[in-house]
Amino acid sequence: MEAAAAQAPAVRVRGVTLGWALAAVAFLVLALVVGVVVGPVDLGVGDVLQSIAAKLGVPGVHSPLSPTAEAILWDLRVPRVVLAALVGGMLAIAGATYQGVFHNPLADPYLLGVAAGAGLGATLAIAYLPHTFSGHELLPLAAFVGGSVAVVIAYSIGRAAGRERDSATLVLAGVTVASFFTALQTFVQQRNTDTLQEVTSWILGSLPNTGWSDVRTLAPYVLAATAVIVALRRVVDVLSLGDLEAESLGIHVRRVRLALVVAATIGTAAAVAVSGLIAFVGIIVPHAVRLVVGTSYRGLLPLSFVVGAGFLVLCDVIARTALSPAEVPIGVVTALFGAPAFALVLRTRGSRA
Amino acid sequence: MSGRFALAAPLAVVALMLAAPSLAATKPAVAASYPVTVTVDNGKVTIRKRPSRIVSLSPTATETLFAIGAGRQVVAVDDQSDYPKQAPHTSLSGFTPNVEAIAALRPDLVVIAFDPKGLSGALNRLGIPVVFQNAAPTLPAAYRQIRQLGKVTGHAQEANTLAGRMTRQIRSIVQRVRAKAIKASVYHELDQTLFSVTSNTFVGRVYAMLGLTNIADAATAGGSDYPQLSAEYVVSANPDLIVLADTVCCAQTAQTVAARPGWSRVSAVRTGSIVRLNDSISSRWGPRLVNLVRAVGTAVLRLGSQ
Repeated sequence: MEAAAAQAPAVRVRGVTLGWALAAVAFLVLALVVGVVVGPVDLGVGDVLQSIAAKLGVPGVHSPLSPTAEAILWDLRVPRVVLAALVGGMLAIAGATYQGVFHNPLADPYLLGVAAGAGLGATLAIAYLPHTFSGHELLPLAAFVGGSVAVVIAYSIGRAAGRERDSATLVLAGVTVASFFTALQTFVQQRNTDTLQEVTSWILGSLPNTGWSDVRTLAPYVLAATAVIVALRRVVDVLSLGDLEAESLGIHVRRVRLALVVAATIGTAAAVAVSGLIAFVGIIVPHAVRLVVGTSYRGLLPLSFVVGAGFLVLCDVIARTALSPAEVPIGVVTALFGAPAFALVLRTRGSRA
Repeated sequence: MSGRFALAAPLAVVALMLAAPSLAATKPAVAASYPVTVTVDNGKVTIRKRPSRIVSLSPTATETLFAIGAGRQVVAVDDQSDYPKQAPHTSLSGFTPNVEAIAALRPDLVVIAFDPKGLSGALNRLGIPVVFQNAAPTLPAAYRQIRQLGKVTGHAQEANTLAGRMTRQIRSIVQRVRAKAIKASVYHELDQTLFSVTSNTFVGRVYAMLGLTNIADAATAGGSDYPQLSAEYVVSANPDLIVLADTVCCAQTAQTVAARPGWSRVSAVRTGSIVRLNDSISSRWGPRLVNLVRAVGTAVLRLGSQ
C-alpha cells in the first residue's frame, strides 16, 4: 500500500485545490448553523447562538432560553443535526467509494444489496420480534445484520462465479442478492399487513428523535469507515483506472478492494440501521462534487463526506419545517430537492465531466 | 350396554340443559322478517334469509356481532379480529383478501371494512351478499352501523339496545366532563414516530366532544388527518394529556415517554397524565367505544382536580 501511494502521482491524479476544500467546509458549517437555528419551533436565532456560546463555555454568556426551549435545542435538534451529518456523509463517501472500486458511475451505497438485506432484517424485526420495548431496540441491530449478510452473500457469489478480477460479476451478484432479499422482504410484509405502516415508514427513511443515543451508536462506525476510506483514497484513484492497470502498478487489487468494500458497507449498514433507506444521497453527492472539483478520488472522497453531510442536514431542515409541525419523510426530500439541484450542477458544470 | 346407557342418559340431559337457554336466545324476540335491505358503503344490500354462516373481515364488526348476540352465526373472522376471544379466528386477511378462501367457507354473509381490488363485487358474483361498513366518521355513523348489523343478522332488538346504551353512557361521561369546563390540550399518539390524529378523525372528534384542544390540529395544513408531528413541536406544545394508542404495537408506556429526550418537561409527563389505551380500542368504532371515552374522560376529570 505504501508502494501504491508512492506510485499514485505517476498516474497523474489531480488533487483538490484548497479553495474548493474551504468552500465545502464552509458549506457544511453553514448547513449545520441553519440546521440548528431553523426548526418547527422558533427559538430565536440570537437566543440559539447565545445558548451555543454558553454551552461552548464562552465566558460571560448565559443561555437566554427557557428550560423547555433548552431541552428542544440540545436534546432534540442538535443531536438530529449531528445524526443527519453523519448519515449523509457516510452515504456519500460510501457511494463515491463504490463508484471508484467498481468503475461504475451508477454505483450507490446500496449496490451490493445492503439496502435490501437491511430492509429484510428490519421487516423481520418489526413483524416477528416480541412487541416489547426491547424488541424495538433490536430493530437497528437486525437491519445491520441483514445488510451485512446480504453483502457477504453477494461477495461470495461474485468471487466464486467471477474470474479473478472481474468487478462486473460482483455487481451482478449484488443485483441478484438484492432482488432475492427484496422478494423475501415483500413476502414477509404481505404476511403481516398489520405492520405495513411501520415497515413503509422505515423504508422511506427518516431521522429518529432518539437524542444522543443514536449519535453515540452510529459515530464509531462512521468515523472508522471514513478513516479507512480516506486512508486508502489514493489507491481508489488507481483502482478506478481498471483492475489490470492497478495490478500492473503493484496493487493487490482484491485485498484493497475488499478492505474498501468492507469499510463502505459497514458504515452504510450502520447508517441505514438508524435512519432507514435514504435514497439518492450516495449517488448524486459524489457526482456533484466530481463535476465541480474533478475526478480525482484523492479529493473526491473526503469532499463527498463533507458535502454529503451538509446536504442531508439541509434536506432534514426541509423535512422538519416544510409542513411544520408535521414531518415529511426525508427520503422524499432528498430526491425531490436533490434531483433538481443535481440537474443544475449538470447544466452549469457538465462540460467538465 | 346398560353401562353405556347409564352414562349416555345424564349426558343427554346436560346437553339439553346447555342447549335450552341458547335455543331461547337464538329465537328472535321480534320475529325478524326477511328479506331485509340496508344501505351501506357498497350500496343497497338485500339479505334474503337470516344468515347462519357469517364471515367478518372487519375487527369492528366482529366485536359488534358478538355484542349483539350474533356470535353463534359467525363462522370465521379475519386475522386482525382479536376481540372477543371466543370469535372463530382464522388467517383470512381483510387487507389482502383471498376470495376463493372466503368462498370456501360457504358464507351467506360477508362483512368488510375495506374493499380492496373489487372484493365485494367478486363475492357478489358468487352469490354471496356483502355488507361493507367503512370506518365510521362520527359517533352517529358508528351507532347506525351497529343497528344495520342487527337488522341483517336478525338481532335488531339487541343492536338497538346496545346502541342506545352506548349513546347514554357516552353522553353521561361527556356531560360530567364538560360540566367542569376544564381547559386542557391533548396529544394522541399512534406510534412512537409521533404519528397523531387531528380533530377531523373519529378519535379526534371524541377529544373535541370532551372539550379538549388537540395539538395535532396545527398540522392540518399539511393535508393529512394523520400527520407525523415533529418532536420539537410536541415538546413545545406542552400537552396536558397524552393518550398512547401504541401500547400494544410499540410497547409504549409512561416510562418510555418520560425517557424520550426533552419530554421530561412536558406537562402531561410531569403530572403523570398519560392514558394508556389498547391500540385496538382506539382504532375501532364498535361497542368498546365507551371504554375509550371513559378512559379519556376519567383522565380529564383527574386533570381538573389537580
